[in-house]
Amino acid sequence: MCGIAGLQVRDPSLEPRLGELLTGMLHQAAERGPDSAGVALYGDARLTPRGHAAVSLLTPDALLTDVAARLGGDTAAVTVGQSTVVHSPTLGVTDLERAVRVAFPSAVVTGRGTELAVLKGVGHPDALAEEFDLRAATGHQGIAHTRMATESAVTPAGAHPFSVDENVCLVHNGSFANHATIRRELRAEGVEFDSENDSEVGARFVAAQLAAGHDLEKSLRLLCERFDGFYTLLVTTGDSFAVVRDAIACKPAVVAETEAWVAMASEYRYFAHLPGIESARIFEPEPEEVYTWQR
Amino acid sequence: MAALTTTVVDLSQQSVRDLNSSLHQASPGTSWQVAHPGGAHNLAVGLTAGLDVVIDGPTGYYCAGMNQRATVTVHGNVGTGVAENMMSGTVRVRGNASQSAGATAHGGLLVIEGDAAARCGISMKGVDIVVGGDVGHMSAFMGQAGRLVVCGDAGDALGDSLYEARLYVQGKVKSLGADCVEKEMRDEHLAELTELLKAADRDDDPAAFRRYGSARALYHFKVDNSASY
Repeated sequence: MCGIAGLQVRDPSLEPRLGELLTGMLHQAAERGPDSAGVALYGDARLTPRGHAAVSLLTPDALLTDVAARLGGDTAAVTVGQSTVVHSPTLGVTDLERAVRVAFPSAVVTGRGTELAVLKGVGHPDALAEEFDLRAATGHQGIAHTRMATESAVTPAGAHPFSVDENVCLVHNGSFANHATIRRELRAEGVEFDSENDSEVGARFVAAQLAAGHDLEKSLRLLCERFDGFYTLLVTTGDSFAVVRDAIACKPAVVAETEAWVAMASEYRYFAHLPGIESARIFEPEPEEVYTWQR
Repeated sequence: MAALTTTVVDLSQQSVRDLNSSLHQASPGTSWQVAHPGGAHNLAVGLTAGLDVVIDGPTGYYCAGMNQRATVTVHGNVGTGVAENMMSGTVRVRGNASQSAGATAHGGLLVIEGDAAARCGISMKGVDIVVGGDVGHMSAFMGQAGRLVVCGDAGDALGDSLYEARLYVQGKVKSLGADCVEKEMRDEHLAELTELLKAADRDDDPAAFRRYGSARALYHFKVDNSASY
């Protein structure tokens, strides 16, 4: 069991409230996943200044105290609980990620992009929201996940979101049945994995489809064809927000939509506090239908 | 509704256990109002007396589960399994219901004024369910008895592996499940549908509905199919 919450803001006047709204959603999701949690924030200037390339990391030690010195140039780092976000105004995303991997070989890269920060940790979601100072976050899109682990260990790296491609994040409620087979196939194609988590296989698969030139909708349709098991997935890129469920659709999912925002959650109560919810269009996604929203 | 006084339970101040405990001890005929439900799970479950309970807001899983005799009205959306295993009484949802509404329920009336999601009436065993909007896929899956009325559309695989429940749909049916077939709407069916719509306070025209039921081809194992197992 896991809890999923996501919010894409269309009305810019709500961007300063992204963190506050997402904190409320994460709190409601805590009952479905009390062991660990993670969030992805798109456009939070505290973590990813506008126009900067950013790489999110989990490190097993305190090596990140001298990031700027080790990476050189104009890089800077923000440590948020168990995660660190490194950003640079001049390096591209790929170059920054390469530099980070060379300088901190034991770190796990949990996200990269021009506006994306990924924060994860082990602990109760409410405590992690405090650790992330999530209430103060701003931005145009955020997703949150609370985990009750079934397929791999409770570690920060095993927490969602899984972000394995530039600006792309995936959160998963469920369990893939054939993830070992697909992981082997992807490894044979040269794809490297950070964890033994089944959801990471889904994220790597989506990344491989996007790299092959498919759009997000097509990539998720291909995922439905290839993956067995139970899944409700929320997948985001810098400007899109997508939801898909398996053929049985037993893992919960509710979508609410207004002119000002679109939100997805495991349970209705996660968005009971969102502004304008009384008049939102609310529905539960159909099985194996890919729903996408573009900003 | 006849009671002169209503007891208010405010869930921003009291626990779900306080609420359910009070309802379990309440005298028949009393009225209750639940404020700030906040989508909590297991509200008003296991009631056995003829209470009138009004919940002002959204609820989580299993709202009014195992209900007997009570009338429970929810002014909001409900989560998974509303009125699951209901035996008698009435549960009315003024919003939408998540999946498995009325699951395994033996009796009583469940009215959902909005949409119901997947598996509405799964394994229904005698309950009457009236949905004002649409129902999701695999509704009435393995339904054994009772009536399901859908005033909107039905999703994929309606009535899959159905036993004896009777299904009435006014809108489109995306597809019928295994062993579920359309059946003739005879006078007795129009009569019972009229009664059900009336009980649910709906003014839909019974003549606009179509009836579906079991072809009864899955009741017995066919030896010819043994190679499939």
